[in-house]
Amino acid sequence: MNWKVILNIAKTHLLTKIKSTATATLGVTFGIGAYITLISFMTGLNTLLDDLILNQTPHIHIYNEIEPSKKQPISMFTDFEDAFNVVSSVRPKQGQLKIHNALPILNKLKKDKNVKGATPQVRAQIFYLAGSIELGGSLVGVDIREEVKLSNIGAYIFNGSPAALGNSDNGILIGSGVAEKMSLTVGDRVQIGTVSGSVFPLKIVGIYQSGIAEVDNQQSFANLKTVQRILGEVNSYITDINVKLWDIEKAVPMANRLEEQYAIKAKDINEANAQFETGTDIRNLITYAVSIALLIVAGFGIYNILNMLIYEKMKDIAILKATGFSGRDVQLIFMSQAMLIGTVGGLLGLLVGFLLSVLIDNAPFETDAMPTLTTYPVSFEFNYYLIGIIFALISTFIAGYLPSKKAKNIDPVEIIRGT
Amino acid sequence: MKQVLATKHIDKYFHKPKEFHVLKDISMAVEQGEFVSVMGKSGSGKSTLLYILSTMDTDYTGELYLNDKLITGRSQQELARVRNQNIGFVFQFHYLLSEFSVIENVMLPAKKLAEKSHAEIEHDAMEKLKMLNIGHLAEQRASRISGGEKQRVAIARALINRPTILMGDEPTGNLDSHNSENVFDIFKRLKEEEGLSLLVVTHDHDFAKRTDRIIEMEDGRVLE
Repeated sequence: MNWKVILNIAKTHLLTKIKSTATATLGVTFGIGAYITLISFMTGLNTLLDDLILNQTPHIHIYNEIEPSKKQPISMFTDFEDAFNVVSSVRPKQGQLKIHNALPILNKLKKDKNVKGATPQVRAQIFYLAGSIELGGSLVGVDIREEVKLSNIGAYIFNGSPAALGNSDNGILIGSGVAEKMSLTVGDRVQIGTVSGSVFPLKIVGIYQSGIAEVDNQQSFANLKTVQRILGEVNSYITDINVKLWDIEKAVPMANRLEEQYAIKAKDINEANAQFETGTDIRNLITYAVSIALLIVAGFGIYNILNMLIYEKMKDIAILKATGFSGRDVQLIFMSQAMLIGTVGGLLGLLVGFLLSVLIDNAPFETDAMPTLTTYPVSFEFNYYLIGIIFALISTFIAGYLPSKKAKNIDPVEIIRGT
Repeated sequence: MKQVLATKHIDKYFHKPKEFHVLKDISMAVEQGEFVSVMGKSGSGKSTLLYILSTMDTDYTGELYLNDKLITGRSQQELARVRNQNIGFVFQFHYLLSEFSVIENVMLPAKKLAEKSHAEIEHDAMEKLKMLNIGHLAEQRASRISGGEKQRVAIARALINRPTILMGDEPTGNLDSHNSENVFDIFKRLKEEEGLSLLVVTHDHDFAKRTDRIIEMEDGRVLE
């Protein structure tokens, strides 16, 4: 095989038909560029949305559910075993909102090697008091230092910082909706009323905005100790434990084990957010479908142009064969043209895709869902560029194979006799 | 004398548009340094025979020998190699690759053979062009030169790999009398100076009768 000669002929063909070559190359460039841009943007958005859910939701949420007893007392009586029992007006079982033995459970979880971290929370129903108006809401007591490490709560706080809450004994991160309704800003004081009737003044150290209006209109954060004090409870009073794992896949078995072991309610993330993976999958599917469609169009362009070129070059092919080039050599000449178009077009496509991604990455984008976000999210993952160039080479290979096969089988005698 | 090219009992049929027995039991030979012309009316099968001799047409029965070696039945890959190394071909329509320069056209078969370095090939090609008095055209595009010049370039290309035999399919058929004369003189000189064997299919009586031997063909047979 004499690659130098073959490539030289291929190059000459491409350069003398520079317009067709450029058209075919641009087809590939467009396809690959669109693929890179689409996938980078889509993945960026997907990651953002996944993060929104994954970081806001604990992998396992442990709490005490208020529910009726599964077994009503009457069924324990052997006397009524064969009877048809009807219990009307069933009430929830008498119990506490707090998790029983919360601190030992918390310690045990923190020592578990699968657990990245576990944070205690105290949820309390409260009222925001403004003069004679009482606004219903909830106050969540958190260990803010732990919370910042495990969730991205920091990204949702503006006009203040998580550290400010940690430093103050009676600080509150107030929901943005509440703050707006009551015309409150950082540094102001807000009166909090509890269900039992006592009133506490808290100092606003930051404003919390999750992007979900219902939450922002109600929920505020304070220190764990502050909320326990407001409720008049001891420091073992904990209503929720949020667990983050190193490996999210282990959430389901672990949640089941915890439920059995401690007789509490443990909800895993898959149960809570079953729909979010479906969304990611479908977005990826759409991206690939569009990209492949674009590449097929580009492939047809190459197929067409090579077919025309071979038709024009019939005499040249006959001459090459008569002077000792084999059918394989001729096929390689046209295949290398296709592959050259694919390589150049593909690399240009990667560049175009990269530049467009940079452009999108710098385009301003503001959303209530992510107060700290200022530009569109774009992912720059090397793998997509690798897939892009492989895509380009495969599609041009297929588009070049059929016409070059035809060139290989051209009978030189027919061409030479025919004129 | 050594036979450079020989056929034994070659038969060929055309299947389209209808069954036609075009070559009937052809046995012939060309000796080393012989200048042979093949004559015959249109449809006598002379061109068909030439394409079989050139190894491009493999759809026949019988045996073809080149330098006493059996060629019939070899793979396409091998045949391409044989054509490249042993056979020079000149056509009626001086087929050149129009996008390449004159010298590139001449060098192409030698580059394919890849037995010499690029510099040697270029030197050889230039020598062939000079021998044919077209050295000054070397860097011209093949599409920019006249018909007579093109035919001389085609001859230079056919000679570049020092073939065993040069074949021509009406090499003067498309040229005026002056250029025809020129081509004939070149062929004659190649035979005398380099001992090259030549086999030329032609319509031209004046051309044919000045060759060493004429093979007459009629209705697919060689007339003795």
